[in-house]
Amino acid sequence: MKFSDEFETRFAEMLTHYPTKRSVLVPSLLYAQDETGYLSDEVVRELADRLELTELEVRSVISYYSMLTTKPRGKYNVQVCTNIACMLRGGEELLHHCAKRLAIAPKGTTPDGIFTLEEVECIGACSWAPAIQVNYDFHENLTPEKLDAILDDYKKKGTQ
Amino acid sequence: MADLVSHPDEVRVVSKRFGLGATNIDRYVELDGYKALRKALSMKPDDIINEVKASGLRGRGGAGFSTGMKWSFVPKQSAKPKYVLCNGDESEPGTCKDRLIFEQDPHSVIEGAMIAAIAVGSHACYIYIRGEYRYLSVIMQKAIKDAYARGFAGKNIFGSGYDIDVYWHGGAGAYEVGEESALMESLEGKRGIPRIKPPFPAVVGLWGGPTVINNAETLASVPPIMLGGAEWYAGLGTPKNGGTRLFCLAGNLQRPGVYELPMGYNLQKMIYDVGGGIPNGRALKAVVPGGSSTPVLLPEEIDVAMDFDSVAKTGSMLGSGGVVVLDDTNCIVKFALRTIKFYQHESCGWCIPCREGTDWLKKTLTRLHAGGGMMKDIDNIQYLSENMLGRTFCPLGDAAAMPTIAFVKKFRKEFEDHLEGRPCPFEKEGAVEQMPVLAH
Repeated sequence: MKFSDEFETRFAEMLTHYPTKRSVLVPSLLYAQDETGYLSDEVVRELADRLELTELEVRSVISYYSMLTTKPRGKYNVQVCTNIACMLRGGEELLHHCAKRLAIAPKGTTPDGIFTLEEVECIGACSWAPAIQVNYDFHENLTPEKLDAILDDYKKKGTQ
Repeated sequence: MADLVSHPDEVRVVSKRFGLGATNIDRYVELDGYKALRKALSMKPDDIINEVKASGLRGRGGAGFSTGMKWSFVPKQSAKPKYVLCNGDESEPGTCKDRLIFEQDPHSVIEGAMIAAIAVGSHACYIYIRGEYRYLSVIMQKAIKDAYARGFAGKNIFGSGYDIDVYWHGGAGAYEVGEESALMESLEGKRGIPRIKPPFPAVVGLWGGPTVINNAETLASVPPIMLGGAEWYAGLGTPKNGGTRLFCLAGNLQRPGVYELPMGYNLQKMIYDVGGGIPNGRALKAVVPGGSSTPVLLPEEIDVAMDFDSVAKTGSMLGSGGVVVLDDTNCIVKFALRTIKFYQHESCGWCIPCREGTDWLKKTLTRLHAGGGMMKDIDNIQYLSENMLGRTFCPLGDAAAMPTIAFVKKFRKEFEDHLEGRPCPFEKEGAVEQMPVLAH
């Protein structure tokens, strides 16, 4: 199992932050997922070994956190917030617009593997609603037209 | 980068460095940064605690507990190390203020956490930032590194002989982890399931050591108190509600945004003056005053001072500072359903009243909104909610039940209008098309 040097440096540093190894688990899973796309059996085994945990312990943590996934996703995870503040300003319409445009339902991935669509809970962009996150990037004060332009950009980047 | 706004009524204490490039440590120092920490090092710990107590600073996460009091509960002597834990797992719907603090002024949180550490005799601070806020974690990691490089953090800070380590920590998506005991579980690398209290974290917290847990805005409020004094800070607000607050104005408003206003600022003025009122000539229907868990207020109830005690008198809560405004085109049943859908999704499943209650409420509200409801469903919603109150380890059960009870109580007629197969009176025709069905 090979992670990037950046991952290894951060992982080693994090281990010095806590009295127990296990404390690095949650952030490490997310950083690992950023590199591998999803938490494969191999990643689970690797982190369990490194942190002296059972695979079951690691899996029980993975299943708790909404950002962690054991299934492959598209290159860009389009997360549309439909919680109250976004809903009042057109979040649901954005989600439907995305679904129609990408021709996938929430949790689906486009056949070219570029986009996954997800309906998410509050992402902390309430005063700039409606908002989405594509992977970790926020896009705020959106309209369907602005969203189209954003998706076009990602599509271009994703096919390069 | 989130958009910054301003209004003449703002009193900038926590947000005074917003937009001034204070992520840069030199700039932060130029703008009075790390002066308060230096001052705290020359003070007796009890004097720091008394100063914070006298300032009237109360928890900005939403519970509104006296910060100085919380610090005073940490035992002086402890066999196990003591910790300071900053709660930056901001995720109460309607709330987006800690995000701005981390983005614009990360050192203020570090400085506040270190002052808390001196006050309680701790040598380690953890700053927990929710996983979705990855760009803020990057900002925070750099800020911590810069503070170490200057000798402001780490060993022998400012030559005082006092050591304080500061660490960042990242979540991975979980509202529940914003509850303090679940936050500690998460930091220990586990599922974010709440712990039973007592013992309280101040006595038995992280890895069994006494732990102070404060919201990011609370900690960012501490350095200004150290420099300006308790009396000045207390005087900005109302009795027993010192200082200012970042209010996140959201929903159907002309000028939504995060504004720093004195505690006790009038809600009506906040909506119509600061927020610019309701757009498109619509009328105000309802206000959720402090994040999705706080009971809704009617237009006739908004002439209220936004401090913890005044809002409590209306039967609601000041909560997290997230003010969500609804105009009269919105359906309350749908709003209640979306609110409960959130809590159902976020319930960790540990306590049965919360796990089962939120699920039943979601199912009942879904059916009711779709026109398939019966009169007794409305009473059932009340009954279920009331039976969740106070029957769970953590406040998530209450957070789901309280707003639901208020929606039904204050808008019962609207719930009844959905009965007997009638379509939702607010459904905008053709606005939302049917979602494609996912092929499994």
